[in-house]
Amino acid sequence: MAEVTYLEAIKQALDEEMTRDNNVFILGEDVGYYGGAFRVTEGFYEKYGQWRVLDTPLSESGFTGAAIGAALMGMRPVVEMQFADFISCAFDQIVSVAAKNNYRWGGKTPMVIRAPFGGFVHGGAFHSACPETWFFNVPGLKMVAPSDPYDAKGLLKAAIRDDDPVIYFEHKFLYRRIKGEVPEGDYLVPLGKAKVVREGKDISVITYSAMVHTALEAAQALEGEGISLEIVDLRTLLPLDKEGIYASVRKTNRVIILYETPRTGGVGAEVAALISEEMFGHLDGPILRVSAPDTPVPYSPPFEEFYLPKAEDVIKAARKLAAY
Amino acid sequence: MDISKNDLLQLYYYLKLTRRIEDRVTALYRQGRILGGAWTSNGMEAISVGYAYALEKEDVIAPYFRDMGAFLVRGITPQRVMAQYLGKKTGITGGKEGNVHAGDIHLGVFGFPSHLADNYPVAVGAALSFKIRGERRVAAACTGEGGTSRGDFHEALNMASVWKVPVVFFCNNNQYAYSTPFRIQMAVKDVAERAKAYAIPSEIVDGNDVVAVYSAAKNAYDRARKGEGPTFIECKTMRMHGHSEHDAAKYVPRELLEEWKKKDPIMNMERYLLSNKTATEEELKGIDERVTKEVDEAEAFAEKSPLPEGRDALEGVYATPV
Ligand SMILES: Cc1ncc(C[n+]2csc(CCOP(=O)(O)OP(=O)(O)O)c2C)c(N)n1
Repeated sequence: MAEVTYLEAIKQALDEEMTRDNNVFILGEDVGYYGGAFRVTEGFYEKYGQWRVLDTPLSESGFTGAAIGAALMGMRPVVEMQFADFISCAFDQIVSVAAKNNYRWGGKTPMVIRAPFGGFVHGGAFHSACPETWFFNVPGLKMVAPSDPYDAKGLLKAAIRDDDPVIYFEHKFLYRRIKGEVPEGDYLVPLGKAKVVREGKDISVITYSAMVHTALEAAQALEGEGISLEIVDLRTLLPLDKEGIYASVRKTNRVIILYETPRTGGVGAEVAALISEEMFGHLDGPILRVSAPDTPVPYSPPFEEFYLPKAEDVIKAARKLAAY
Repeated sequence: MDISKNDLLQLYYYLKLTRRIEDRVTALYRQGRILGGAWTSNGMEAISVGYAYALEKEDVIAPYFRDMGAFLVRGITPQRVMAQYLGKKTGITGGKEGNVHAGDIHLGVFGFPSHLADNYPVAVGAALSFKIRGERRVAAACTGEGGTSRGDFHEALNMASVWKVPVVFFCNNNQYAYSTPFRIQMAVKDVAERAKAYAIPSEIVDGNDVVAVYSAAKNAYDRARKGEGPTFIECKTMRMHGHSEHDAAKYVPRELLEEWKKKDPIMNMERYLLSNKTATEEELKGIDERVTKEVDEAEAFAEKSPLPEGRDALEGVYATPV
């Protein structure tokens, strides 16, 4: 097994899927000749030609709609949003058309929207957002958000082969900072399955994407205090792996939900509601949320540092919860 | 353009069928038997019949809600249409959707999403896939003139032109978008001018002349199939009913409606067929009787079809549930 970066894992998934299936093609701004703003598709233009790594006009709604049309015709388009933030321009096509096609009229729409998201990159309000919650109550969509190279590759391949529209949130901060083992050749990580990335016995930290690493940092720091964190990486946000969540709650009886979006109405709200409805008898204390505050993502370093959830915040929450 | 007698009579048949079905829908709506909305293409049937009839079987359409004629031409049966209106299990969408919010991928009909002009980029994407795969198919999209003020309309035209994909855009310019008249919808004189900004050749046709729409569509599809890229076709017409059947449309001047009544597309076609002796009165009467029978049967079929089970509303959210 080779050690590759998170970005390289995404790239491998795209490359292998395009080689495997001629119907897979990429479209988005600057993805072709230039190789993408984050260089994810570097070299693809030379390998696959301009029509399979298609440079589009600056038209998020337009090219997302075009991907839907191609998907209806049996293609497997992979749309690249240059930054996840700009997905707002394509919101209508995603929620009104892609997500409802199958339900309304049996229009199967297999497509993937890659959305580079997240903070830690000094991007300010329009290059750092985590827009997953906007899509969280849109039935018909699937959403995934890998935290390491293994899942990044396996989930992307599974998303491309899936028959529903999938938004694939890839964290910009992880692109070149996280390395991990990735098997050679074909493997899939199934959609809809969470994974325990660290076994623990006292508190479950339910999280996803870059925040998994924040949780790991907190877990390490708390070892010395005798507080053992179990970390559940959701991996798929929609639909949620309820059983995966419940299994950990049964074990630890205490829950922290950690996420990078503003606090109100985030993934945490739904996970907390599910646990209180289904697992109330297993809880020894309140369900706590560690999240960003309810503001746009601010720019200046002290602001961004304050805004983003930190290991320290998780540690504080864990100490509070351990007292129950 | 040479059009065979058979094709001319088929065009006439679809005009009549569309009118008759939508008249029946209006009647049922007034009796309170159709819930929700009832929009018709009354007086505008020549557009959707004409553009759809000029297509080949393997082509696709991305329609809007005044394209009943195109649904029928593509092979969506009157039974399925009437059952759709009544929310029945046998309707086009099995009750998931009502009225014209429907599609059938097997007949190359994309579902109509209410959001006007959303289907324009979708049609471009279908055409893009034909180009990538080297197929000689075309995609046709249609929307009202109001819809052409949305960004998706402009993004679609621009992409289609830059990529030179085989798509033909139609606009049903019936002069009103709900209550909004053309002059406060856009500052250009004709919708077709909008296509110029994207270097797309355009044509303005009489939307009440089915032969004119058919011929313009056919030429545009030929161009598209030869790899010459998209065309924009503005069909001038008039909305003869309210926006939907609940709307008395008091905002439309009477005289305007009187003037357009004389240009009714079905009357036009009858005059054309009889004056050049393509058909006899008897032949047209025969078609009329056939249409009445089909619509009566369709209504009866819809009436006796079962409603869906409430809990089946949970089905079909995903193509592959996890
Ligand atoms: C994006 C969007 N906004 C508003 C509506 C509500 N609406 C339905 S039809 C209509 C007017 C449409 O006018 P036009 O596009 O000219 O088509 P016409 O009804 O005249 O055929 C409006 C405002 C809608 N369906 N979609």
